[in-house]
Amino acid sequence: MTPRTSLDVGGMGHSIKRKEDPRFIRGKGTYVDDVQLPGMLWLDIVRSPHAHAKIVKIDTAAALATPGVLAVITGQDLAKYNLHWMPTLMSDTQMVLPVDKVMYQAQEVAAVLATSRYAAADGAAAVTVEYEPLPVVVDPKKALEPGAPVLRTDKKDKKDNHIWHWEWGDRAATDRAMAEADVTVKQDIYIPRIHVASIETCGCVAHFDKVNDKLTVWMTTQAPHAIRTVFALVAGHVGLQEHKIRIISPDIGGGFGGKVPVYPGYVIAVAASVLTGKPVKWIEDRMENLQADSFARDYHITAELAAKKDGTLTALRIKTLADHGYTDAAANPSKFPAGLFHVCTGSYDLKAAHVEVDGVYTNKPPGGIAYRCSFRVTEAVHTIERMVDLMAHQLGQDPAQFRLQNFVKPEQFPYKSALGWEYDSGNYGGALLKAMEQIDYARLRKEQQEKRQRGQLMGIGISSFTEIVGAGPSKHFDILGLKMFDSCEIRIHPTGKAIARFGTKSQGQGHETTYAQILAEELGIPARDIQVEEGDTDTAPYGLGTYASRSTPVAGAAAAVAARKVRDKARKIAAHLMEVAEQDLEWEPGKFSVKGAPDKFKTIQDIAFAAYTNHPQGLEAGLEAVSYYDPPNLTYPFGSYICVVDIDAGTGEVKVRRFVAIDDCGNIINPMIVQGQIHGGLTMGLAPALYEEISYDDNGNIQGGSFIDYLLPTAVETPKWETGHTVTPSPHHPLGAKGVGESATVGAPAAIANAVVDALWHLGVRHIDIPITPAKVWKVLREKGVTE
Amino acid sequence: MRVQLSINGEKHEADVEPRLLLVHLIRDVLRLTGTHIGCDTTHCGACTVLLEGRPVKSCTMFAVQANGKSLMTVEGLEQDGKLHPLQEGFMAEHGLQCGYCTPGMLMTGYAFLGKHPTPTEDEIRVAISGNLCRCTGYVNIVKAVQHAAATLREGAAR
Repeated sequence: MTPRTSLDVGGMGHSIKRKEDPRFIRGKGTYVDDVQLPGMLWLDIVRSPHAHAKIVKIDTAAALATPGVLAVITGQDLAKYNLHWMPTLMSDTQMVLPVDKVMYQAQEVAAVLATSRYAAADGAAAVTVEYEPLPVVVDPKKALEPGAPVLRTDKKDKKDNHIWHWEWGDRAATDRAMAEADVTVKQDIYIPRIHVASIETCGCVAHFDKVNDKLTVWMTTQAPHAIRTVFALVAGHVGLQEHKIRIISPDIGGGFGGKVPVYPGYVIAVAASVLTGKPVKWIEDRMENLQADSFARDYHITAELAAKKDGTLTALRIKTLADHGYTDAAANPSKFPAGLFHVCTGSYDLKAAHVEVDGVYTNKPPGGIAYRCSFRVTEAVHTIERMVDLMAHQLGQDPAQFRLQNFVKPEQFPYKSALGWEYDSGNYGGALLKAMEQIDYARLRKEQQEKRQRGQLMGIGISSFTEIVGAGPSKHFDILGLKMFDSCEIRIHPTGKAIARFGTKSQGQGHETTYAQILAEELGIPARDIQVEEGDTDTAPYGLGTYASRSTPVAGAAAAVAARKVRDKARKIAAHLMEVAEQDLEWEPGKFSVKGAPDKFKTIQDIAFAAYTNHPQGLEAGLEAVSYYDPPNLTYPFGSYICVVDIDAGTGEVKVRRFVAIDDCGNIINPMIVQGQIHGGLTMGLAPALYEEISYDDNGNIQGGSFIDYLLPTAVETPKWETGHTVTPSPHHPLGAKGVGESATVGAPAAIANAVVDALWHLGVRHIDIPITPAKVWKVLREKGVTE
Repeated sequence: MRVQLSINGEKHEADVEPRLLLVHLIRDVLRLTGTHIGCDTTHCGACTVLLEGRPVKSCTMFAVQANGKSLMTVEGLEQDGKLHPLQEGFMAEHGLQCGYCTPGMLMTGYAFLGKHPTPTEDEIRVAISGNLCRCTGYVNIVKAVQHAAATLREGAAR
């Protein structure tokens, strides 16, 4: 897209440099642990070594005798204020601190308040807790067996570990299509538990000002307004009222979904500050972060895909067990307990589909949040992309040609999927063909054949994903009843500079830059003259925050709509200034000119000045607007990724040799930032495909609870990503944009897994669950007699 | 215990517990908060600073071990209002997103370029492999280091 504005204005399509960077490259960002207030106290948390145990006794004497320790807070203490339990975003309940038993290893058991970081840690180490171990339930399948210990004894009448059953689609039509199919493939797919592991962990500084009854919390949150409302609803009975709660989300060191939930540490810090009247800081360490914060995924999927002999796909049937740990602490829209998993028909024109998901309790940390993806979309994409690949191979067809044959075609948009979604726009074949050309697919297939004859293991994998982001239309989307609109408020100052505030919160996405570019595009005010602010609930308009790639689709749209309101008023002022009728004016970015007399014009800066110095009688002074944007539909970014892997037949190591990613996120605001988002997303797709997993032994002991054994890719493992794009604008978004932050994380794992199976198909390998570690591959190669 | 050290050319003194980690001295006591903490096992590199010119992970040293030594942190990169070519490179090449790993990356890059003025891409990747980034996929960090290397070479040739 050729930009409509000059580089000096820096509207959409310009790769202007980020406004955030000057502070970050000087080490002058303000992250939550940088906040240090006079008289501040420290909180440290005692955690359970057991996955399931009764608490017999908590002995705090030694802790209280430790120098610097002021108090030890237990569940009993919080129970006096009815703050020992809290609601999750899924309307389940979660312990803040336990009164009688712990439900997972690393669960919070008590908190120590002290005068320094080290004293708090000393105090935590000095608390002795006597436990009586209970039977541990780790496997969600076993959790549902009759006779399994019932975990949620706090819920009256709960007789099993089943949380909810949810299904979607036409069961009868799907069963019929399955029965009538010429070919079906069926596969169990486990998408393991992983953790977003943003490099900054979670934490807060809570400061309750007893004189003004005002609580200020600096907090690592992706959704500050929703947090404020939740605090007011949950703690209203202890005197916290919403107008006296200020949540400040400062610079955030990566979020990816992990900073959406409310963790017990935040609540304890707030309670401690309210009780003491002093600022209280809680910062978790990396092990606490990995072991206790919300996990992502953990879906046990069984999928079946049906096709006709000629390769036409017909139906998809999926059954899934969702392991939520001891409470459903996901962050999905209320109506969809399995998120948007039912976008699982993907990019393919399937006529029938049915999905069932059952949520299960186990003795593991709670969650079910996203890992840089929109509400279970990675699970959906991984499933359909693995299944389509399986079917193509089963039919002996080339997986690229097979996809091209079955894609929803460009002329079918807007396309109503078998599971009820209305895809806004797409050109799936266009993206795949471009990826094939960029990587020279035909040559790679030839190379693969030659290598296979020499006994070398090379695979080519494709993933042609469709995402669903930008939640969402208020008719269907809310979190705890709060509708998922988002907001922008713009004020133009007399000198033509502007400030704009949003209900979202960047965690590295570059909103200060891209939102300014949207406003520059719409108003012609240079992006450098527009100050963007987010994350302070005392100043920003209400919004639901940043996750699920919703900032551009929802708040970005709000920016455009608010800017157009400003422009409407500016037109009136311009007409007044030039003494012409409004309809005789025409707009180009930055100015209104008189039709037919282009040298007679007023710039937006002239108009802004007049709005405060010479506004027309009958019109209010000032130039500002606000928009609370309720999107009419979701947006559907898509793309095609092709990955080449080489497998070491001796060690089982998978090496990604090339990876071409063609993305389509509609119209692009800042190409540099979009490409950066894709690089990062791809790396967070590589990570679970090959390296990352959190698992538990039979006693509920975590494996993958530190950076020693939870393996984030370094620069050495990460391939040299090759990117490209096509542009298919969203027809309903004011800017034609779709959102891009998560596309690559969603699409990449399947491309890698498909490449590995493609390399091993001739040996009889049909599927390997991610992460595809050398050990797993080596075991397969040994079974197939390839290695000893 | 009394520690005396120089950070970014400025002398500092503090009374510290022997167990105080160097990173906590830098951040909590001396309030140079550009140096970050991202793990507790020396893996992430967010706390990387230079000790006598060598990159160290300041979460894995005691403050007292730095007694009498000279340190450099991210705050020391800019000289007389002029950004270091690495800082310029990170901005020009979009080598940062959330900014949390950035100070550590910059310090590692600084020490590396001092010894390897004409690095290959693979050498850069190995050099920064002790610094984790969750946002950028490293592509643009590598470019940023190359950008800085080119600027430094030009400066040296002039």
